[in-house]
Amino acid sequence: MLAYIGIESRISAVHSQITTSDHLILPGVGHFQHGMEQLEDLGLVDVLKQVVLENEIPILGICLGMQLLTKHSEEGNINGLNFIDALTKKFDFQDATFKVPHMGWNSVEFKKDSPINKGVVSNPRYYFVHSYFVECANQDDILCTTSYGKNFVSGFQNQNIFGLQFHPEKSHRFGMEILANFCKI
Amino acid sequence: MALQPRIIPVLLLHKGGLYKTKQFKKPSYVGDPINAVRIFNEKEVDELLILDINCSKENKEPNYTLIEDIVSEAFMPVGYGGGISSLEIAKKVFQLGVEKVVINSALERNKELLSQIASIYGAQAVVASIDYKKSFLGGTKAYFISGSKKSVHSPIELAQMAAKSGAGELILNSIDRENTYQGYDFELLKQVISSVQIPVVVSGGANTNADFDAAKQAGASGMAAGSMFVYQRPHNAVLISYPSNYFYR
Repeated sequence: MLAYIGIESRISAVHSQITTSDHLILPGVGHFQHGMEQLEDLGLVDVLKQVVLENEIPILGICLGMQLLTKHSEEGNINGLNFIDALTKKFDFQDATFKVPHMGWNSVEFKKDSPINKGVVSNPRYYFVHSYFVECANQDDILCTTSYGKNFVSGFQNQNIFGLQFHPEKSHRFGMEILANFCKI
Repeated sequence: MALQPRIIPVLLLHKGGLYKTKQFKKPSYVGDPINAVRIFNEKEVDELLILDINCSKENKEPNYTLIEDIVSEAFMPVGYGGGISSLEIAKKVFQLGVEKVVINSALERNKELLSQIASIYGAQAVVASIDYKKSFLGGTKAYFISGSKKSVHSPIELAQMAAKSGAGELILNSIDRENTYQGYDFELLKQVISSVQIPVVVSGGANTNADFDAAKQAGASGMAAGSMFVYQRPHNAVLISYPSNYFYR
């Protein structure tokens, strides 16, 4: 999708490539612990701290990538990158009609204007697939919420740190405009 | 708008082309799969399901090049089934950008595979296809290997076993109804939904959009269809169509 909208990208774990990129996307589907272990094994935790926290390069965490930006996750009960004051928790519904994972297309309610949601079409829908969700400590960080059994944070932003629970890369033109916006920041 | 069920075109791969079968037999050529995916992409489909109907029968690995070409044209989630017989093969398929792998023959040949894949990629990435048909002697049985091998289990038993083995989603696929436009098998759909916790996608026999409404009412998480989206009746001329944004208006 990035190639389609004319954005040059590379999949990389090479430190020198990461420190010289204009924007970073941290994607991921899978287990939180596996994700953090991979980042640690590849020596990327310190690299990311430097480019994101010191150089203030925009970073977009998608799905598990969003959750990895938080302080801690109930999945594996381990600490995350701690780039945003938020926690990752497990969906736990009494009502059996709310199946876990939350999987499929759902809407969002934007809570603030951010460069990433600038000019988005009305009533967009996005593809979600996740069993854990993020809870932000600061209401100001909440970019958007989604309703599934309750309202949960489906996007956050604090300065150069962005997280989306849904998959913009799998959400047709709705996701395409979000990715295009991010790459313009 | 809350979470809506997904309407999922099913594309069958055979000899590198896009084909359509009837009751899992008589594959007839529909067209070029990449071209079809491009059209479905423009129509903003909720999800795509790509099934290679040769791999298990001929004991072949998936056509990785074709899958990669398809996925690079797809801006929606893609599930792939056919020849997923080991964790190594599943890994290769995920690396191409596929979201979910569909398992059928391995439900019998290699049950451990579901939990092996789920432990790395999550249960949501593992879909079990429960193919079934009625026997001559009465009773309904599950089938493996593109409908060619009969299981000792009923579709409900196999659905429960698959869920227990680590599947995160089921496709309930009626062989008898495929490409017949008789409507979905709502009776079995309801029974399976009430006997497993995981999402259930219904497949086989879709005729009109009313079938999608009825499947939603029954609690299906997704509705798959092939013929309805690649053929135009009454003469089954090839014409790709899709009810875009059906549940989002």
